[in-house]
Amino acid sequence: MHDALGAPQSILLLGGTSDLGLATLRRVLAAGRTRQVTLAGRDPAALEAAATDLAGPDGPEVTCRRFDALDVAGHEAFVAEVTAGPGDLDLVILAFGHLPDQTRTEEDPGEAVRTIGVNFTGAVSVLVPLLRAMRAQGQGTVVVFSSVAAERPRRANFTYGAAKAGLDAWCQGMADRLVGTGVRLLVVRPGFVHTKMTAGMRPAPLATDPDAVAEAVVRGLARGATTVWAPPALRYVMSGLRHLPRPVYRRLPL
Amino acid sequence: MSSEPPRPERPCASPTGEGFPGDDRLLCGWGRTSPSRARLVAPLTDDDVARLVAAAPARGVVARGLGRSYGDAAQNAGGGVLDMTSRRGVLEADLARGEVRVAAGTSLDELMRWLLPRGWFVPVTPGTRMVTVGGAIAADIHGKNHHRDGSFGDHVAGLRLRTGAGEELTCSPAELPDVFWATVGGMGLTGVILDATIRLLPVETAWMLVDAERARDLDDLMSRMEARDAEYRYSVAWIDCLARGGSLGRGVLTRGDHAPLDALGPAQRDRPLHFDPRPVVTTPQAVPSGLVNRWSVRVFNELWYRKAPRERRGHLESIAYFFHPLDGVVGWNRLYGRRGFVQYQFVVPPGAEDSVRHALALLSGAGLASFLAVLKRFGRRNPGHLSFPIPGWTLALDLPTGSVELGALLDRLDEIVLAAGGRVYLAKDARVHPARLARMYPRLAEWAEVRAKLDPAGVITSDLARRLGW
Repeated sequence: MHDALGAPQSILLLGGTSDLGLATLRRVLAAGRTRQVTLAGRDPAALEAAATDLAGPDGPEVTCRRFDALDVAGHEAFVAEVTAGPGDLDLVILAFGHLPDQTRTEEDPGEAVRTIGVNFTGAVSVLVPLLRAMRAQGQGTVVVFSSVAAERPRRANFTYGAAKAGLDAWCQGMADRLVGTGVRLLVVRPGFVHTKMTAGMRPAPLATDPDAVAEAVVRGLARGATTVWAPPALRYVMSGLRHLPRPVYRRLPL
Repeated sequence: MSSEPPRPERPCASPTGEGFPGDDRLLCGWGRTSPSRARLVAPLTDDDVARLVAAAPARGVVARGLGRSYGDAAQNAGGGVLDMTSRRGVLEADLARGEVRVAAGTSLDELMRWLLPRGWFVPVTPGTRMVTVGGAIAADIHGKNHHRDGSFGDHVAGLRLRTGAGEELTCSPAELPDVFWATVGGMGLTGVILDATIRLLPVETAWMLVDAERARDLDDLMSRMEARDAEYRYSVAWIDCLARGGSLGRGVLTRGDHAPLDALGPAQRDRPLHFDPRPVVTTPQAVPSGLVNRWSVRVFNELWYRKAPRERRGHLESIAYFFHPLDGVVGWNRLYGRRGFVQYQFVVPPGAEDSVRHALALLSGAGLASFLAVLKRFGRRNPGHLSFPIPGWTLALDLPTGSVELGALLDRLDEIVLAAGGRVYLAKDARVHPARLARMYPRLAEWAEVRAKLDPAGVITSDLARRLGW
């Protein structure tokens, strides 16, 4: 159950080793109301390491579960497992993603499909049964990491951007659908964040770090937002950029 | 009755056939903070209640009155909620003894409209008439007369309860006292209260004789209260909680009693027991969040403080004006916008005056705007396991939500209250840490035992119960 200030008692992090996901999780745990955390991901050793980091004398009980975004056939069973306990699932953070080398997705159809499969298809495929379970419990919050790349495609990462745009659109529609169900969905659009996913890449303007994104998410949750930009200034930058004529936009060094 | 209290539209149906009837509704408390979806259904008879409890969904049921609990006491995410306001009215009256038996869904507003023309008043009224008798018992509400008359539960001669196990019990302080006192202040979790017998207060008029005075700081206010509260049946102080430094805790003290007939002027003497209050204004459906902020509240508080007389004696006020000024503004909770607000109310024992000062300093230091900050003294406690009032000082504050700092600040206030041997009020709470709450209410385990006996399967439950891990 959430309390009046949005602090959850149980949390599922999809992408249990994601820097953004873990930073957000830690920020939410600071309220001290969470008793149960599930980290879900592909790499058991990395999940266990993350779980050890979260553990503490007053910390929540942390469980690790195997989850693969591409294994869409297994998603129903996965959700049945994580919702089988007696308690509610109060907060889901969907933080998994795959940021490919753009040129590879233009040459290798497997990599293109994989990018869309993880970021879009896999996300929707696990959100559908999760949201069904949360609607049945009459309350809950879902935080979905979209990307600033979803706002307007650019040459540097448009396959990733297209997948995130799909997810972003689906989540906006779903968030409206959820009004009146007690379940809410928050879309987060981070810009360039220094994480292991972006390691070695050239930072874009307004680059930020996971803790700043986490702070923006928690503030967004507190004020009842439906969309959060991180850093917040990106909202205004992107609303300008999205209206630039294509020939101008194309020439920008983005 | 001439003017009925506003109620949510609800399906009003006797359940028949399979499953749990009703409509899906998003329900929240008066603070509008954590809405959840439940199936809402209005039982019309005792048998309906029995059938609905028996047919409770997997996530249980809870009774709901007029939704004036600030937090999550009368909501039940994914489960069933019984709208008890469909069961209203005086079932039996013995006015020679000053007692009425009323259906649990009867509001204090309806009860006052029925009682006052007959020369009687409710034994305890909170700051609003828009609460039900069932809710008043479940939260063991208090009013401005607690220092003298105790809380609502002290005036309940007996009640009928439908438990989660399906039993119908009649209990009172003499009969099944454990069940009775677990229900008084039990937040609706011992079962569904069907009706209750209330002991009344005789009055000559529907008017109040009121003394008001300003106090320049917290010491001044508290010493005035200690010195002369005993002379008044009703006493309460409003505090400007944005005042700092030397003015910390400045406020306006209002005390009074029911006016005798000979105190009325010629205009009122024609109809001394006339009582028909009407709302003055209605808050718009949508108010932007953030309207209640430190600047708007500072302006309001300054005006309110200056408007109050330095000292005024024997002023005649209507019952509605004296007790329920906010009932004049329909839906005033919407003033806080869609993000809502929390009310924080605590009590600390006598001698812990410094904790009140500490709490006020913390709030005023954080610049947190509280429209309503109310200070009052509680008298003796009753045997209710979870009943909130204990002797001492109680302070209630409204705080808008939406900032991430609020949670940590309230946790610090909890620690101050705990250290002083105090507690927070469950009817207002929506965020206290379960472990801290257990330390505030030492008889919680005893209460949980009574509840477990009445309802071994945990059929009666609520969001509050889930939040606190009950």
